[in-house]
Amino acid sequence: MVVPLEHVIGLSAVLFAIGTIGALTRRNLVVILMSIELMLNAVNLSFVGFARAHGDALGHVFVLMVISVAAAEVAVGLGIVISLFRNRDSVNVEDVSLLRW
Amino acid sequence: MSFPAGVFYVFAALAVVSALGMVLNLRNTVAGAMCLVVTMISLAGIYVVLEAHFVAVLQIMVYAGAILVLFLFVVMLLNLRSDAFSPPRSRIAKLAGVALGVWALVGFLGLLPGALPPIAQISPTFGSYRDVGLSLYRTYVVAFEVTSFLLLAAIVGAVVLAKRRLS
Repeated sequence: MVVPLEHVIGLSAVLFAIGTIGALTRRNLVVILMSIELMLNAVNLSFVGFARAHGDALGHVFVLMVISVAAAEVAVGLGIVISLFRNRDSVNVEDVSLLRW
Repeated sequence: MSFPAGVFYVFAALAVVSALGMVLNLRNTVAGAMCLVVTMISLAGIYVVLEAHFVAVLQIMVYAGAILVLFLFVVMLLNLRSDAFSPPRSRIAKLAGVALGVWALVGFLGLLPGALPPIAQISPTFGSYRDVGLSLYRTYVVAFEVTSFLLLAAIVGAVVLAKRRLS
């Protein structure tokens, strides 16, 4: 392995933290979805790193599953964003507090 | 430092910088999506360094090719220029979000020393289409088929949600 596994997992943790901060602090729904994509990508990176460390292709298969779940999530999420924009004329999460107490 | 290690660190820095650019960019959602493209492509380069060639190709095709085009389509369809004019999210919620992210990062990094597996020797075909394909279609074929159902449900759900009127 050309780089230590610690560095790969560390990069994955940094990207995951950036995605978490983005998902929790931004108020644009599209940007929140993009931050969730970033978090899923960080998880993919750690899967690939551990697959290389163990020498097992199972990690790559799991990455495939995560990618398809991410694609499904983005398709449905953006569909929700579009219908929300049509009804409320906004993609701000502060305007969508109907289910909050 | 060997050449592949240098490639890893360059792509890692690029991924972190562009991810920060995506999260911190308040003005322009299209620029945020473009930053996300840079992150995805850098991650594909890192996958190549980690001998995951099939996953790297998939990353480019699905993320940089399909998912980001979907994002850009929606951003341009809704004409989202900025969210600078809407009232800002309260400062305490922002602080709580940043604190939670930093706490997660410190927790992950604190777990790092120790508990990592030793590096195994790999065959020259590791991560190739053949290896991953055999594993996918022999051992995990049920999960693969369930994935196709999931994608079908997502397609139907997205069409129903985004449709103007159900008749």
